[in-house]
Amino acid sequence: MSEPLVMGIETSCDETGVGIVRGTELLADAIASSVEEQARFGGIVPEVASRAHLEAMVPTVQRALDDAGVRLADLDGIAVTAGPGLAGALMVGVGAAKAYSIATGIPLYGVNHLSAHIAVDTLENGPIPQPAIGLLVSGGHSTIMMVEDLAGKVSQLGASIDDAAGEAFDKVARLLGLPFPGGPYIDKAAQEGDRTYVDFPRGLSNAKDQEKHRYDFSFSGLKTAVARWIENQQAEGNNIPVNDVAAAFQEAVCDVLTKKALLAAKEHGVETLLLGGGVAANSRLRAMATERAAQAGINLRYPRPKLCTDNGAMVAALGSHLVAAGASPSELHFPANSSMDVTIVSLANDLA
Amino acid sequence: MTSPFDAGARFVLAVDTATSAVQAAVVEIDGDELFLASFRRLIDGRGHVERLAPFIEECLAEAGKTRADIGAVVAGVGPGPFTGLRVGMVTAAAYADGAGIPVYGVCSLDGIGGNTRGTALVATDARRKEIYWAVYQNGERVGEPQVGKPAELPDTGADYALGEGAAKYAAELKIPAEPDAVYPDPVKLVELAAPRIRAGAPTEQLTPLYLRRPDAKPVDQR
Ligand SMILES: [Zn+2]
Repeated sequence: MSEPLVMGIETSCDETGVGIVRGTELLADAIASSVEEQARFGGIVPEVASRAHLEAMVPTVQRALDDAGVRLADLDGIAVTAGPGLAGALMVGVGAAKAYSIATGIPLYGVNHLSAHIAVDTLENGPIPQPAIGLLVSGGHSTIMMVEDLAGKVSQLGASIDDAAGEAFDKVARLLGLPFPGGPYIDKAAQEGDRTYVDFPRGLSNAKDQEKHRYDFSFSGLKTAVARWIENQQAEGNNIPVNDVAAAFQEAVCDVLTKKALLAAKEHGVETLLLGGGVAANSRLRAMATERAAQAGINLRYPRPKLCTDNGAMVAALGSHLVAAGASPSELHFPANSSMDVTIVSLANDLA
Repeated sequence: MTSPFDAGARFVLAVDTATSAVQAAVVEIDGDELFLASFRRLIDGRGHVERLAPFIEECLAEAGKTRADIGAVVAGVGPGPFTGLRVGMVTAAAYADGAGIPVYGVCSLDGIGGNTRGTALVATDARRKEIYWAVYQNGERVGEPQVGKPAELPDTGADYALGEGAAKYAAELKIPAEPDAVYPDPVKLVELAAPRIRAGAPTEQLTPLYLRRPDAKPVDQR
C-alpha cells in the first residue's frame, strides 16, 4: 500500500475533531468546539459537550472530507479516540466511527487519546525516533510517557496525583479574574509579569517525594498556595498584581514539568523528548524546555500550538501509523473507555 | 432528491436506543406493506455503544442484505436517557452519511403508542424517578412528550399505561399499567417515516427530544 489515507475522529472532551492524513501529511483538521458555550459555565460540563458533539459530528466529517478533497470510499482506515476522556462524549465519536465503518466497509481502529497526542508530532516533524519520552500536559492529564514503539509499546512513567496541569491553569485564572480556559490568558498576562515575584511551591520535588513520586506531579498544593497568597494580600488591602502572579505561577508549573520530564529522559537513556497536549502550547513551557533540553543534550520536539490541543488530526496521525505498521483493526464491539490505560495504544481484537 | 426507493431499494435500517433496549432492525417496504426482515434487541441500559454496531451488521447478514440494499435509515430520537439515546442517533446519522442515504427521525414513544388502541399513556423510564410520557388516542399522539414524576401526572384521561416506565412505576400511576415492559417497535418507527421515505424527502439533521436541560447552571445565573 502507498501511504495510508486515514480519517481520525476525536470527541474525548469539548472539541469535535475530524482530521484526515495521508502518511504523515495533514490533509484536513476540522474542529467544532463547544468551548464558548462551556465558558458560560466556567468549566467543562460533560452533558453540554456531549450534546455539541452529536450536533457537530456529521457536519465536521463532511467538512474534513471537503477540505482534504477525498471521499470516504478512498480511506484505508478510520481511527477514533476510544479513551480516556469523558464517557458520554467519547460514545458519540465511537458510535459515529463504528457506523461510518460498517456503512463503508473501511477498517476501524479504536485508539488511545494519549498516544494520539504523541503521534500528531509526526505530521510536523516526521517519524519519531524511538524510544522517546512524551510529556503530555493538558486540562485532562499531566503524564510522562515512555514510547518504545508508537504502534504498541507505550507505558507511563509518571502522572499527576491530583489536578492536571491545565486544570491548575483554569483554577488560578479564575482566582485572578481571567476567563476560561485559563491557559492562554495566563500565558499572555505572564509575558508582562515578574516570574520571580513569588516563589510558589514545586509539588513532589523534595527528597522524600523524589523516591516515591520521582516522575509524578501534584498541582493542587500550588493552586492552594496561590489562593492563600491572594487572600493574604487582599486581607492587607493590597491590589493583586495579576501579571506577576500569573508569571510566578506559570514558572512553578513549567519548572517542575520540564525538570521531571528531562530527568526521566536522562535516567532512561532516552535522547528525544516530545511535548504534547494543550499546555504544550504554553510559550514559557516551550522556551524553558528548549533551554533545558539543549543543556542536557536532549533532542526536543513539539508541534505547533493548534496541533497540541485536542483535534482529529492527532487521531488520524496515530491511525495512519498503525495502518502502516500493520496493526490489527478493532472489532465492532469495543467500548468507549473513559479510563483507558496508557499502555493500550489501540484496541486490537484480543484487547477489545 | 429522488428516493432510492424509486430505484428499487426496499430496505430500511431502523435503530432505537431511547430506552434500555438496544435495538436494530432491517424493515422491508413492499408497496403499502412493511415486513420485519431481521431484528436484534438487548435490554442493556449501559451497552449501547458496544452492542448497536454489531447488531446492525448481524441484522444485515440475517436479512441477507448488503449495504447497497439499504435505502434509508430511521432513528428513534427519544425522549430517552441522553447518553444511550445519542449513541443510536449518531450511529443512524453517521451510517446514513457513510452510505449516502437519507436518515429520518421519529419520536421513540410513537414506536410504542402507535400500536395502541383506545386512550393510552405511554411511559418510558427517564431515570431519577421520572418518566417520559405521552398520551395516544387510537395510536395518534395527543400533544408533545413530557417528562415528570409518575405520581404527579395531570389527569391524562388515559385508560391504561404501557412501556418500561409504566411497568416500573405501576404502583404510582393512577391507571392500570401493563406489567411487561414494551419497547419502541422498529416496524412502527419505519411506518411513521414511510411517507418521507417514499417521497424521497431530504435527509434530516436529527435532534434529540431531550426535554431536560443540562444540570449545570451558567456562571451568571448562580
Ligand atoms: Zn488531550
